[in-house]
Formats: sequence, structure tokens, C-alpha cells
Amino acid sequence: MAMTMTQKILAEHAGLEEVSAGQLINARLDIVLGNDITTPVAINEFKKAGVERVFDRDKVAIVLDHFVPNKDIKSATQSKVCREFACEHCISHFYDVGKMGIEHALLPEQGVVTAGDCIIGADSHTCTYGALGAFSTGVGSTDMAAGMATGMAWFKVPSAIRFELVGALPSNCSGKDVILSIIGEIGVDGALYKSMEFTGEGVSSLSMDDRFCICNMAVEAGAKNGIFPVDQKTVEYMQGRSERTPKIFEADADAEYEKTIRIDLSKIVPTVACPHLPENTRPASELHGIKIDQVVIGSCTNGRLEDMETAYNVLKVRTVAQGVRCIIIPATMQILRECVERGWYTAFIDAGAVVSTPTCGPCLGGYMGILAEGERCVATTNRNFVGRMGHTASEVYLASPHTAAARAVAGYITEFKED
Amino acid sequence: MNTQGKTFKYPDNVDTDVIIPARYLNSSDANELAAHCMEDIDTEFVKKVSKGDIMVAGWNFGCGSSREHAPLVIKTCGTGCIIAKSFARIFYRNAINIGLPILECKEAAEEIEHGDEVYVDFDTGVITDVTTGKSYRAQPFPPFIQNIIRCGGLLASLKEEQK
Repeated sequence: MAMTMTQKILAEHAGLEEVSAGQLINARLDIVLGNDITTPVAINEFKKAGVERVFDRDKVAIVLDHFVPNKDIKSATQSKVCREFACEHCISHFYDVGKMGIEHALLPEQGVVTAGDCIIGADSHTCTYGALGAFSTGVGSTDMAAGMATGMAWFKVPSAIRFELVGALPSNCSGKDVILSIIGEIGVDGALYKSMEFTGEGVSSLSMDDRFCICNMAVEAGAKNGIFPVDQKTVEYMQGRSERTPKIFEADADAEYEKTIRIDLSKIVPTVACPHLPENTRPASELHGIKIDQVVIGSCTNGRLEDMETAYNVLKVRTVAQGVRCIIIPATMQILRECVERGWYTAFIDAGAVVSTPTCGPCLGGYMGILAEGERCVATTNRNFVGRMGHTASEVYLASPHTAAARAVAGYITEFKED
Repeated sequence: MNTQGKTFKYPDNVDTDVIIPARYLNSSDANELAAHCMEDIDTEFVKKVSKGDIMVAGWNFGCGSSREHAPLVIKTCGTGCIIAKSFARIFYRNAINIGLPILECKEAAEEIEHGDEVYVDFDTGVITDVTTGKSYRAQPFPPFIQNIIRCGGLLASLKEEQK
């Protein structure tokens, strides 16, 4: 029977010749991931179940990224619980302050995840690694605990929606505009329980950072995973990084999809998701006269090197508008280092922005940029729910790094004219 | 297994950030967190909820973050069941894994009013609105999931298998 790319990876990891949509399977895991918020809950479950050792110390990844360097005593205690567990079980992929990065930028960068993998992570944006041609999905802490104990997880094999990409993006657009446009079209539950499989000749024009960003927000459409085929760019990206040998899977030519949506990349425009759902999208050019208080450029969605470069290109000859706080957060230490080496860090400061070490901080309303009542932020993050970045009467507009940096300069959500 | 109680009704796309805001997630103590359950959209919920009460919601309940703290605080508040038109997939998994019964039933989710007294029989999937006298039938769980719930959660079911 013909299978989608996701189904092929799942079949291989379940030790089956074939699987079909709706089938319940038990699959072998290549990486089990957790962070400083979800891992303590998983450790508690792991201990309650009386498990003594993790199934494989090289296949568990624990990244302290949400509230580090710790913002208060309670978060410090949670990090300590993770640190002690990692030490006790000799976890080889444990990332603490100084080595950490935002998990979904860090694991691909460090080669911990690779093509053909089957990955679960106790973080909803674990779907990011589909950009490498892996099956990767977010789960909760109990699934993480079971995964750490057994190296296995149960899945219901998903059906898929195919997104056939053609053409190439305009220069002022990036992967963020593509995924926001898609979510605007299909809605926040438009791919519920399904795979989003991206195919077509347009794929080759997208950078790896674009692909990571697109897969990252698959969960914002309710999807189980997002996935890209492996091409020359993927292979080049993985070279010298991957700890394990990548395995390339391809969808069968006659695989069944619930539907196919054709996306002409050349028609994509800078897109903004207005409060309070990622599906409330509008072309950025239609939003006028909305005053903003803060801009955040960073997160697991848009804290990568290309995102920093985009911000730099806007800010190098401009300054942040009076009354706007512009917070730039490179997603990993390596990206931060690149920003320093290339002189972008200095340019950000000169433009009036502030630069932080890697953290999820403001994206989820943790710290490092919380909004007061009535304040408004343009962010390159992934969610704009009520109260997501602070007060329940604050607002978050989701946008690309280009759009966000431009708004930091303008002080308003308004069309940005290159000058 | 069954539950009976009054209902709290919520709209479509209730996300895990409003179920339990991340500003409290510097703790993983369920009792401490439960005091903030739903507070960003309904400050009355924690004051009024009693053991066995039922949440009724629209499409895509529990969307957003994978935080297991979300079903955990709902359960810790005493909620006996959630009935929704649909659930976000990670929330669905998490609820089952921690033993919080959830049922998908579009008709019941539409017609049951806030404050109605509702009885749910998990063995048959029958939902009865005691206030109006109307009954609904939800999809029962597949046997695989019934086994996880019967054992009291995912890890308990794995333990059972190893025996």
C-alpha cells in the first residue's frame, strides 16, 4: 500500500512493512526531549513508576531553555531537578546555561536530530525537526517519562494534507509569511491530528531556516507533524553535524492525501496574525495606525541566524522608534556568537535594541519582556493567545523578522517602505 | 465509571495558556497550580467548581502548548470530565495519560447550557443532561485507550504489561 513520508518513517520505527492512517502502532524512538518546564513533571512520573534507568543515555535530550538563567527561586529549583536527574542518568545531551539554546534551534544545530528519525518531545514545537525529513511531534510529560523508560511511544498513524509549493518567495518574505498564510487559510485546527507534508518544486527555493520555521508552526494548525522532503540543502545542512547517519525517506508517488493545497510562493505577502489566534491573519500592508510598545525578535520559530541577519539588515542603518522596546534573542549560543563576530550585536545596540542570551522567556510570558495592561507587541514568536506574553489585556501580533524589525523602526504596524 | 455535576461552558479554541498561564509554570506542584486554573478567561471557575463537575467546550479544546499541567490542573480542581466538539491532539493524549476522562460529542457540546446538571456514564459513553432530560451518545474510547484509563494512566499500564 502506498504511504506518505510520515507513514514510511513510522512503519520503519514500528518494525512493520506498512502502516495506514488510523492504525495504532508502538514505535521505537531515536530521541526523547524535554525542557525545564516539562521535564520535572516527567521525572516525577518516571520515579513514581519505579523505573531505575533511562533506556539509552544518548537518546534523551534535556534542554534548560524556558526560564534560564533562572528568573526566580522556583524556576531555579526546577532546573536543579533536571540537572540532578541528568547527572544521575549520565544524560549525554543535557544543555545547561552556557551551552543551552532554545531546544528546537539547538538540537538540529548540534546534529542531535537527523533525517529519518522518530522523535518525541515534551514541548509542542518539537514538530520543528520535520524540516530535516524526520517524524517529530510534541507530547506531554507522561509520554516523555514513558519514552525515557522504554524508548517507545504509541501513535495513531496520521493521514496527511499535502502542500504543493511552487515558485519562490519575494525578497521581503520568509518561511514565517508562508506558514502564517497557511494557518490563515486552514485555521488553527485545519490540520488537527494530521501530517502537513510539504512538497513540490518550490521546496528547493526555501532555506533550511525557512523550513524549520514552517514546520515549527505546524502545531498552530493543530497538526501532529510537519515534514519536508530531504534535498541537497538538507544534506548539506546535516553534513558534519549529524551524530547518527541520516536516513532518507520519500513519500510514494501514489500516496493518499486528504487534500492537496497548492501554494504559489511568489504570491506570498508579508503577513501578520492579529490577536488572539494565529489564524487571524492579514496582509501587513492592510494594517495602519496601530501603535506598538514592544518588538520581540527571537524564539524557536524565528531566532535563527537568517532571522538575525534579516533584523540586522533592517536595523543597521535605522533606529528603533521612540517609545518602542526592541528585544532581540538569538536562539542558541552559536547564533549569539555569530551575531557578535559579524558585528550585528553592536549594530543592534546602536539601533537602540536590547540583546539577550538564548531563552524562550517572553514568548510564553515567562520573563524578559512581559507586557503590561493595554500594551501591544509585534513578535516573531508563534502564539498570540489571550495573556500569552503578559497581561490578559495586552496584545501580540505575530510576524516575520523582517516585518517585526520594520515595525520596531516605525513604531506602528504600518507598511514598511524600503528607503 | 461515571461522573455527575454542574457544567461550565467555554468557547472554541480554549488554549493551554488560559487553562494554566505559563507565568505560574515555575512550579510543577499540581495543588498550587490548580488555584489558577482558567483564571485568564474565567476567574469564577476555581471558586465555584465542585468535585465531579463537567467542562463543556467547542472545537479544538486545549490547543497550544504541550504542558501536561493543563489537564492536570483541571483534574486537580475536581473536574470529572470534559465534553467538547473536538480536542487538540497533545491535550487529548495528555488527558488520557493522566487519567482525566474526555469525550468528543458535538451535539452535547452545542446544546448543554452553562450550569446544567449533567450525568456521564463512561462505560457506555452516554451523556445525560439532567436539567433538560436529553441524552447524547459520545464515541467510546478504543480498547487500547480504555486499557490505559483502566490501569490509571500510561505508566501504570506499562507496568501492568511488564507483569
